[in-house]
Amino acid sequence: MGARTWISSWPVYRQLTGDDPLGRGRAARSRDTERLRARTATADRVVKSVCPYCAVGCGQDVYVQDGKVTQIEGDRDSPVSRGRLCPKGSASLQLTTGPAREHRVRYRRPYGTDWEDLDLDTAMDMIADRVIAARREGWQWEQQGLRTRRTLRFASLGGATLDNEENYLIKKLFTALGAVQIENQARI
Amino acid sequence: MAECHPVGFQWVMEAKARGARVIHVDPRFTRTSALADIHVPLRAGTDIAFLGGIVNHVLEHDKFFREYVVAYTNAPVILGEEFRDTEDLDGVFAGFDAGRRTYDNGAWQYEGMEVQAASGQREQEYRARTGGGESVARSGHGEAHGSGGAALGPGEPARDDTLTHPRCVLQVLRRHFARYTPEAVEQICGVPRDLFRTVCELLTDNSGRDRTTAFAYAVGWTQHTVGVQYIRTAAILQSLLGNIGRPGGGILALRGHASIQGSTDIPTLFNLLPGYLPMPHAHKQQSLDTYVGAEAARKGYWGNMGACLISLLKAYWGEAATAENDYCFDYLPRLTGSHSSYETVMAQLDGVCKGYFLMGENPAVGSAGARMQRLGMANLDWLVVRDFSLIESATWWRDGPEIRTGEMRTESIGTEVFFLPAAAHTEKDGSFTNTQRMLQWHHRAVEPPGDARSDLWFMYHLGRRIRQKLAGSADEMDRPVLDLTWDYPTHGPLAEPDAEAVLAEINGHAADGAPLASYQQLKDDGSTSCGCWIYCGVYADGVNQAARRKPGAEQSWVAPEWGWAWPANRRILYNRASADPQGRPWSERKALVWWDADRQRWTGHDVPDFSPAKAPDHVPPEGATADEALSGTDAFIMQADGRAWLYVPTGLVDGPLPAHYEPQDSPFPNLLYGRQRNPVRQLPAPHPDNSYHPSGDEPGSGVFPYVLTTYRLTEHHTAGGMSRWQPYLYELQPELFCEVSPELAAERGLAHRGWATVVTARGVIEARVLVTDRIAPLRVHGRTLHQIGLPYHWGPNGHSRGDAANELLHLSLDPNTHIQEAKALTCDIRPGRRPRGPGARQLVRDYRERAGITRSTGRGG
Repeated sequence: MGARTWISSWPVYRQLTGDDPLGRGRAARSRDTERLRARTATADRVVKSVCPYCAVGCGQDVYVQDGKVTQIEGDRDSPVSRGRLCPKGSASLQLTTGPAREHRVRYRRPYGTDWEDLDLDTAMDMIADRVIAARREGWQWEQQGLRTRRTLRFASLGGATLDNEENYLIKKLFTALGAVQIENQARI
Repeated sequence: MAECHPVGFQWVMEAKARGARVIHVDPRFTRTSALADIHVPLRAGTDIAFLGGIVNHVLEHDKFFREYVVAYTNAPVILGEEFRDTEDLDGVFAGFDAGRRTYDNGAWQYEGMEVQAASGQREQEYRARTGGGESVARSGHGEAHGSGGAALGPGEPARDDTLTHPRCVLQVLRRHFARYTPEAVEQICGVPRDLFRTVCELLTDNSGRDRTTAFAYAVGWTQHTVGVQYIRTAAILQSLLGNIGRPGGGILALRGHASIQGSTDIPTLFNLLPGYLPMPHAHKQQSLDTYVGAEAARKGYWGNMGACLISLLKAYWGEAATAENDYCFDYLPRLTGSHSSYETVMAQLDGVCKGYFLMGENPAVGSAGARMQRLGMANLDWLVVRDFSLIESATWWRDGPEIRTGEMRTESIGTEVFFLPAAAHTEKDGSFTNTQRMLQWHHRAVEPPGDARSDLWFMYHLGRRIRQKLAGSADEMDRPVLDLTWDYPTHGPLAEPDAEAVLAEINGHAADGAPLASYQQLKDDGSTSCGCWIYCGVYADGVNQAARRKPGAEQSWVAPEWGWAWPANRRILYNRASADPQGRPWSERKALVWWDADRQRWTGHDVPDFSPAKAPDHVPPEGATADEALSGTDAFIMQADGRAWLYVPTGLVDGPLPAHYEPQDSPFPNLLYGRQRNPVRQLPAPHPDNSYHPSGDEPGSGVFPYVLTTYRLTEHHTAGGMSRWQPYLYELQPELFCEVSPELAAERGLAHRGWATVVTARGVIEARVLVTDRIAPLRVHGRTLHQIGLPYHWGPNGHSRGDAANELLHLSLDPNTHIQEAKALTCDIRPGRRPRGPGARQLVRDYRERAGITRSTGRGG
């Protein structure tokens, strides 16, 4: 490092000689800061998305690097939101990648006092068996002489951040299984 | 709106910058009030009185938009002679059955015609058109419909376009709202007369040919025992002022979840099939024809219901659905009354419902009567919870409030619990429908971690497994699931179903497999398939229209090439009304769509919500049905008479006009009528954990002297499942608090930042105290009323913790929607923390005793 470079690396020198006399901008910036690159600048790709919280439907840009979501920003192209996100939308990186998310199936057996591990495949199989058994135990061909072709033995309550396609399959499958107690946050 | 839909609120500020005046009506002063021109604090639960007062002002001063009202609303229509108003019957309408607590709407009809509602409780008409039917009356909630065969009566309703006939709707309205005077508004709502007059004048001055006024609301209007009638009152006002179907007008439901609109369009709701087709009700001799005959409207687009339903049945059951077997109509399970989520809780407590799927929902803290929700879950055989984190609905069996009070022991609870981690929106493809009915596609960015899966994956593979296990079954009960079309392509290492293939099925296809472009292509002969008729066109030309993202800056202000709005990519419904009867814009400033006489077509900035070649002077031929029966000025095409309804002859179970009733729990008697509460509100069977409070002058009402209202904060989301676990949001709003005025704090000895205990007959919670002028006392019925504000985001799990406001709520429901009254109740508040252990329930029992509460308290009209 030459003397001139050394001197010019001093913030106070830059402050006195440059265009930042109060030392609140470029003059105070360290070399480390200069080297910083926004995650958004180095991402491998940007995926178009929509905020999952309220129903305004703000556009989101999801930044992906090395197969991981690294940042979520407002989508400036959106005529709905013009790039803005509220505190919740801005925190959706934590929602999607934070440590509070459970990554494994948890199982509590009847009368059990703690969670147990359970393989996803086994869990799916057990749930399928329980649905089939519930229909067999609680099937109603008719009620008071009127045909009902249904079961009240099991019910479903869904949130309202489910996708349309997910809701479609929920209604379709459970209706075909004869369930009528299919409900959603939309009622609540 | 600034707090709960902050990014949407930027458009309100844009309007304000261009000269719009912003009025905020809310018990609390919020960020919205801070940015509004006028803040109107009012008593929670009195909006019908407030809006009714404005309706009265409009009628009394002849401020309505006469040309619009005569052409596009049912103001000129003459009612049958048998109609009696609340004016005549001291608070109830004709047709009231006090024993069953229901209405028979036979006496609400137009003279000379029977009509069918476009939404809501269409099936209510069933009885009249089938010569009787036990189910409708028995269920009492209009959930029943359809096995009769009678067609809608022919003929046109009698009309008086001079609006002077004493039985025409406008005159009926005048008499009905005459008692909603500024003095009554002041007494009931606590809104001073001067302030009220200012609001009335701003609204009427800002409506007409050149100007429009918009109303925006959220669950502050819906979560009441008279919620639907709140919105009806706004609809009357906006129709009178000519503010529907026009740019800058409308009544905008600010919905609170990314796809809550989609959840009703493609409903996971007990009483609906996709596209607002009613679920069939159990009836004798029910067939597809009798269902359609009883449900479909003769005139208006609902006349095509048969094509919509048959196309849905084809989407569900494909080849198995044939004309010979009524397109598998018999495969649909039948309703026998209400099966809403609250009845489901009762069914769990009764031991009828033993299995429960919760998918992104947290009723243990997020539903009214949270305690009953948990007691219901403790009575299940099995529970499946799909969510991001271990929410309260997954862990109540080990650390719920009833475990802490010692009422329940973990070792004694037999419920088997499966917790399955869910995929985030960044980990799956799919569409959300926003509050403007616009579908927007979100693309998968990465694979979900570990065992996390989308609900699409869960449902598809659950169905696949069940079908495998049942394969070969000869049992007739298994036919619907075995015949179901369930062959979605999968991709990737997790065998994720292709969400676009599901969207394509929702969109529908023709006999040759080509995607449909419009619901107008749907046929009732089984040749078309469509999973949700109102979404038909979202996959037109085989292109995912919901994924369109042409930048807003490169489009017109309507931005039609961003996403896709149902129906047919229309951005403003009923926009035929944006033009005058002759088809010309009401004013250049407010032009949206208009009739192009040269091209003989409707055109404009938006997709016209009208038959594109139907001229304004079109007169339908004799005997025409469905949309062909609509004239060139019948702008409200989904309505059975093509008009906006100031008066609702059918479709609502609690009256053809709004009337002010006090909330279920209220410190005041009803000043307007001899009925305290909505006489036909839905009350579940008595249960001690769902006790109601004495109201008004009833003995014991002073035990719960304050009005409580619940609300959301900017920094959290609903019951907190998606926000209480985020450190950023925890830092911004770390714990539950309640807002009280300095006057109430002094009255009850509450210290700012100290603790308060809030009690109702249902439960007790503690909260930090925020003493603030933001929630000012009001003068109501000549005395001071204190209100308490309580956000409802909390529960005991996650980073940001607190008691659940839903512990305090009761189940007394709007009879049309089965929605709880979360926005106006009564309570007591005292300084300090709530008791721990068994003392908590004892405190609630003591309060019930002091107030003299019995099984019958609060159950009268």
